Amino acid sequence: MVMEIVCPAGTPAALRAAVKAGAHTIYCGFADETNARNFPGLNFDRTEMRESVAFAHHHGSKVLVAINTFPRAGDEAIWHRAVADAESCGADAVILADAGLLDYAARHHPNLRRHLSVQAAAANADMVNYYADTFGVKRVVLPRVLSVPEIAAINAETEVETEVFVFGGLCVMAEGRCSLSSYATGRSPNMNGVCSPASHVEYHDHNGVLDAQLGGYTIHRAQKGDAAPYPTLCKGCFTAGEKTDYLFEDPVSLNAEQLIPQLQKAGVTALKIEGRQRSRSYVTQVVRNFREAVDALEEGRPLPQGMLARLSEGQAMTTGAYKKTWR
Amino acid sequence: MQLTVAPIPFFWSKDTWSTFYEEIAETSVDRVVLGELVCSKRLPFFQGQIPGAIERLIAAGKDVALTSLALITLKRERKLTADLVEMGLEVEVNDLSVLAYLPKGTNFSVGPLVNVYNEGTLRWLTSLGATRICLPPELPLASVEILAKEAEALGVTIEVWGHGRLPLAISGRCYHARLHGRTKDNCQFACEDDPDGLDVATLDGQPFLTMNGVQTLSDSYATTVHQIDQLRAAGVTALRLSPQSQGFADLCHQYRALVEGQCNGEAVLNAISGQTPEIRFSDGFLTGDRGVAMSTPAIAART
Repeated sequence: MVMEIVCPAGTPAALRAAVKAGAHTIYCGFADETNARNFPGLNFDRTEMRESVAFAHHHGSKVLVAINTFPRAGDEAIWHRAVADAESCGADAVILADAGLLDYAARHHPNLRRHLSVQAAAANADMVNYYADTFGVKRVVLPRVLSVPEIAAINAETEVETEVFVFGGLCVMAEGRCSLSSYATGRSPNMNGVCSPASHVEYHDHNGVLDAQLGGYTIHRAQKGDAAPYPTLCKGCFTAGEKTDYLFEDPVSLNAEQLIPQLQKAGVTALKIEGRQRSRSYVTQVVRNFREAVDALEEGRPLPQGMLARLSEGQAMTTGAYKKTWR
Repeated sequence: MQLTVAPIPFFWSKDTWSTFYEEIAETSVDRVVLGELVCSKRLPFFQGQIPGAIERLIAAGKDVALTSLALITLKRERKLTADLVEMGLEVEVNDLSVLAYLPKGTNFSVGPLVNVYNEGTLRWLTSLGATRICLPPELPLASVEILAKEAEALGVTIEVWGHGRLPLAISGRCYHARLHGRTKDNCQFACEDDPDGLDVATLDGQPFLTMNGVQTLSDSYATTVHQIDQLRAAGVTALRLSPQSQGFADLCHQYRALVEGQCNGEAVLNAISGQTPEIRFSDGFLTGDRGVAMSTPAIAART
């Protein structure tokens, strides 16, 4: 079977672009704190979601709704309503991270297909099977801490479909288990659906040297004219011992395009692209390229080479944890 | 208010490890959670000491539980987890995978690295046998209050992160190894020289984080000294104190005096600062501020 391309959409226009570019599946979220890309001006209201799902279905694509933050105590109803609305909008599945919310969805919306978000960081076969047995989860998005052989080992031990990230932003920490952002800014992926938020970024120019700060902490310094990457905490520059460097991860993004054949052999069902905050043209290009790659693979043709380098915006690329030496 | 000693997050020599628990046995803490939380490669170095420490602590009247690893991925780690639940002692779940190994109906406790953010998750864990939950340190007092109320109705003990460097993240990658130009598999135990983790500063030289192998901690020592009354009023019945290499037994005594109303929060902070003057405190997660923030007693009283 051809590998499924799962593409992000931050707006109805991006969703339509992805559908037209050949995405098998699109994932998106409601415009509130229930999803982990809760950025200003992004995401779907209920009417947009209903219309977008209808558009996608009309063109043979599926829509997954990410409700993947952790419901706030006392306000669970907001997340419960999101699950109900995803179902009534016709979503093909919801992507959930919180165990309590999975339990709720399984009991109250048994016919709505459930996927486990990467934010749940299910990193071994026992956990994957446990989520399947307990909450009827049909697909698990694997955390970005696993090597390809480890992914193969998980697939050998489970019937649950697996989906892996192949392109875009890269979490260095186990997803859903990181509060670096809220430590520095008070806003976190788990609670607010944001990481290293733009509202807390400042750039300061000191005689031709540009400092990038997050929450008042200087974590990148560049000569004027050099690239100034966005100051994401885990990709910042720090000092420990004698060394000043990118101690956690370089300012890189993930590109596993050349590992697609190995991921298929490892039993992976779907390839996920990060970036609901990305533009329509970006989405179109990435989808076209990945669709070309999985179609080539299916037909036994060689993969197109270096197809996505131009989309990385000058950023370095990594295959991340898929190669064991990354650790 | 009970006091719980968290598992040692750092890599200490087996002698330091054993001496630490001998001292803990002499303190007035109620409960001790021990074992390896952060990195499975460290465990063989002190595994042989664990039964003796458990015996000593139980003889001293402490409740004892064994922690799971925080991130279980490798086959070896899954085997360790299966062995852990076989030991017959209460297990503190710090990775939900452990639930797959626990026989149905077994009681367990839940550690601060499991995402318990809301009533639904709390109820679900309780239905499986959770009798005690240490909430994630990221939670503000407003959430703690709601969860403690729910827990009280269910008969579950709620604990909060009371003191110590905050566990902010866990990764598949070892940063200590990376710092030394090595990979995790060939780490040569780069973390063993840093008994309280390795300081990570910003480009302005500002203390910020602490590196601990695959774990990232805060630079600051979180403390609840200014929120004891609010936590008690909310129904929180236990505080977790996270081990540090210097002055920990004394720190336990200080917190005991505090929860028994024999001294105030400032006095505790002064006493701790007297032992380790270079440390910084924070309570921002609890007050709903950014985690690194620290309230003064006057501000804390208003939150």
